[in-house]
Amino acid sequence: MKILVAIKPVPNPDEKVKIKGDGSGIVLDNIKTVVNPFCEIAVEEALRIREKMTGEVVVVTVGPKVGEQQVRTALAMGADRAVLVEAGTDLDSLAVAKVLAKVVADEKAELVLMGKQSVDDDNNQVGQILAAVLGWPQATFASKVELSADNKKANVTREVDGGLETIEVALPAVVTTDLRLNEPRYASLPGIMKAKKKELKVVPLASLGVDTAPRVKVLSYAAPPLRAGGGRVADVAELMSKLKNEAKVL
Amino acid sequence: MADILVVVEHQDGVFRKNTLSVVSAAKALAGLTGGEVDALVLGDGVAAVADVAAGTGVRKVLLGEGAAFAKYLAVTYAGAVAQVAKEKGYGAVFAPASTFGKDFMPRLSGLLDAPLASDIVGLEKEGEALRVKRPMYAGNAIGTVELAGSPLLITVRQTAFDAAATGGAKAPVEKVAVTAEAGGTAFVSRQETKSERPELTEARVIVSAGRGIKSQENFRLVEELSDLLNAAIGASRAAVDAGWAPNDWQVGQTGKIVAPELYIALGISGAIQHLAGMKDSKVIVAINKDEEAPIFQVADYGLVADLFKAVPEMIAELKKLKSA
Repeated sequence: MKILVAIKPVPNPDEKVKIKGDGSGIVLDNIKTVVNPFCEIAVEEALRIREKMTGEVVVVTVGPKVGEQQVRTALAMGADRAVLVEAGTDLDSLAVAKVLAKVVADEKAELVLMGKQSVDDDNNQVGQILAAVLGWPQATFASKVELSADNKKANVTREVDGGLETIEVALPAVVTTDLRLNEPRYASLPGIMKAKKKELKVVPLASLGVDTAPRVKVLSYAAPPLRAGGGRVADVAELMSKLKNEAKVL
Repeated sequence: MADILVVVEHQDGVFRKNTLSVVSAAKALAGLTGGEVDALVLGDGVAAVADVAAGTGVRKVLLGEGAAFAKYLAVTYAGAVAQVAKEKGYGAVFAPASTFGKDFMPRLSGLLDAPLASDIVGLEKEGEALRVKRPMYAGNAIGTVELAGSPLLITVRQTAFDAAATGGAKAPVEKVAVTAEAGGTAFVSRQETKSERPELTEARVIVSAGRGIKSQENFRLVEELSDLLNAAIGASRAAVDAGWAPNDWQVGQTGKIVAPELYIALGISGAIQHLAGMKDSKVIVAINKDEEAPIFQVADYGLVADLFKAVPEMIAELKKLKSA
């Protein structure tokens, strides 16, 4: 089975972001770039599926060439080869999805996996848009993926507001991953060495003939309202008294 | 601006309150750009949902019923909303930023080739352009975003818009013909955490536990405290990953976003991703053994203590208050 995994490089989510003084963006110097955690889970799931059958796991990313580092990480985990569509960082979700659709068609992928959202933009859109553009079923926020014996369908359990929901989708389909789908493996040293030799094809955006003019544009960034915090109480008695008399929430 | 459509969320025949915040946001847009706000209810045997929607101050409620819509599926709902939006020429479509809205609205964006702003917390007009505000980087940045195209698609963060009133004068309910093509998707089953407690996103008080609670059994302490406060129960990712709490209790960047009057965090360290889900709470109480825990930076009342001593004391105090 040909499995395509879309990944996104993001700033390390464990670092608190600072906003540039002029609001034009986030201060990214000194922040490590990593594979988006949800995308790592997608790579892991693809590898597990491939382990059960004959198949190929192709990693794809859309963005600046420097993202190659994160692509190599996915290759080091065990993906077979990669495609990097070289583009700027201003592509909105619609544009990214349309570009991915071209790669999916070109690769004749049968299953597309990706993270449910990237932890920088927090949009949670690309997978669903891609499914619509391809006319494929979608199964989002997956916490379990089970392929049928003939690999023609997948039962996907999804984490939803009320609990869990299971749907059956016919392949080809787009599945987006949630936190508890799996725990991604670390790239081993042999894996890292092998990754250097795996094929990483760079494709110029213009060659795909997609209109990527942004329809959703981030004009500026601002800090959220500041929260005071830091208040302390000495014991439960003081806590309860303050909640009742000061905060008046009891 | 042409008229605005609000897609109503409902579950098991019951109208979901998050839709009320969406109605408010849609009305805020109408206030800026003109246009009427209508509601759309899709489902099977959901006249009661349409009836509640009719009392929320919308101009009319469109009711699209059919066996194919009995169980929600992104493919059928997105297809039907696309049909209605196109046929009736809506200029904007709104839905809650719940797992329902987040699942089908981007599919709608792909079907209509229309721009979608997710999880908005504000709207404003700048000349002719519509701008929305949305949280990014786990809520550590608020982006001002401009949308170009039609219809404009928006999912709304419930905690950012006050709920519209219900029970008002009833708007007309109009049946609409909608076709559904499930294609290769079928509903299999649903597993809900049944509870008598208020819903996390609607509760006035939330008691939330993290790694410090140490086991599923210890959650009964959380339950006892919640019972006395008539609170909903939340959890950090650590507690859910450990299997001590179901996934729908998770509060955080990729779980539920809550903003209750009172949020009590027990044994929660306060990772960036957790704060993203609760830092807009009116009052935050934190109880943690570790005085360096980042949660104390956002807490109004922080108590450095062992929760296994502090919580029973709180329970005792609350019982006294109740009998007083």
